Amino acid sequence: MITKRIIPCLDVRDGRVVKGVNFEGLSDVSSPVELAKFYSDNGADELVFYDITASVEGRALFTDILKKVAETIFIPLTVGGGINTVDDFDRVLKCGADKVSVNSGALKNPNLIYEAAKKYGNQCVVISADVKREDGKFTVYAKGGREKTDLEAVSWIKKCVDMGAGEVVLNSIDTDGVKGGFDLEMLDAVCNAVNVPVIASGGAGKKEDFVELFTKIPKADAGLAASIFHFKEVEIPDLKRTLKENGILVRI
Amino acid sequence: MIAIIDYGVGNLFSLKSSLAYVGADACVTGDSEKIKTADKIILPGVGAFGDAVKKLKDARLDEVIVSEAKKGKPIMGICLGMQILFDKSFEYGEYSGLGLIKGEIRPISDVIGENLKVPHIGWNSLKFTDKKSKIFKYINDGDFVYFVHSYYASNCVESVIANAEYGANLTAAVQCGNVYGCQFHPEKSGNTGLNILRAFCEKGE
Repeated sequence: MITKRIIPCLDVRDGRVVKGVNFEGLSDVSSPVELAKFYSDNGADELVFYDITASVEGRALFTDILKKVAETIFIPLTVGGGINTVDDFDRVLKCGADKVSVNSGALKNPNLIYEAAKKYGNQCVVISADVKREDGKFTVYAKGGREKTDLEAVSWIKKCVDMGAGEVVLNSIDTDGVKGGFDLEMLDAVCNAVNVPVIASGGAGKKEDFVELFTKIPKADAGLAASIFHFKEVEIPDLKRTLKENGILVRI
Repeated sequence: MIAIIDYGVGNLFSLKSSLAYVGADACVTGDSEKIKTADKIILPGVGAFGDAVKKLKDARLDEVIVSEAKKGKPIMGICLGMQILFDKSFEYGEYSGLGLIKGEIRPISDVIGENLKVPHIGWNSLKFTDKKSKIFKYINDGDFVYFVHSYYASNCVESVIANAEYGANLTAAVQCGNVYGCQFHPEKSGNTGLNILRAFCEKGE
């Protein structure tokens, strides 16, 4: 049977990994290439790369780094950040990305999902949603969680899947950074609404949070996290052993 | 030299990098002369069957692949590239493939049951069949590989060298003489995938 996936996420700005990184055994901990290789060699099932560069020069540097990463790792690679047009899809796919994650770009122009899925296939288009509770409703936020929209999250995500998104990254703003576990209630609502893989993001602080995720939300396909892996608070081989001991199928 | 056939579908970047990693001399080409002089051929592919076969035919590469295969040259199809090696597919209609492997391509939703997601995306383990294949010489039964597909090869039991369990036994890899196929992506399957490519690219046979 298919295994549950563990996905480290690397935020890259001006060619470097940002957010805290605390690694021993790597000569340059902020090099996305070295870090990606480390994760690939140490049990990550997939990698997500976010381009949080603002400038055009930074974007060119990102593409350069992306190519080097894609040459170095032999696991699936998803790229997001600043994807607004089909040309942006083309740009990162040519550098070796397997999937492209859209967020604000799809909010501005939902048709982007349809156009990209038609051109590259549903499996290539990942809808990433930043979601927060507002008056008891799951509300979608744009621009990295800074801007509130009028959209209700479950219906928005369902619409994206209907338009061709082949995978969902659900990032709960409410649990993000709190390290108290994934947002099970939000994940449950989304997992029950769509029939494509759902990647849980936001809230993981320890191994047990992943055990709880996959035990309580069996429909969740993957768990994504950044700093807990970068800081070695959770090490992937150890995490996978724990998941396996708890009867959760993982690739070891 | 290994010819990776370029007919305008899919991302060949990772495949080229992974062949370089296992030390194979590979080139990405749509030139039939180069394909004819290559020692081995890899046919990649992502997208829809009908469209991909049309592109292959428009470039007149279908004839080259079939004639080289019949001469005994090792050929490996990957993902949609594997499906194209079969007789036909029922993806959005009915389309003929290259007919190098007996069988047909059908939706996985026909067999996997309603609870499972389509496409079949992620890491799944290989279950070898009784048929031994040289491409598995460096890997083990149960090793994990990465799949992304909504269609599968059916009615091909005599060629199947490995299955993957996903609500049903889905064809994961096939071999029919010198013609090989992987439904999964060896170039995205970590060391296991690299070892499959290494075995395929090895000199000899």
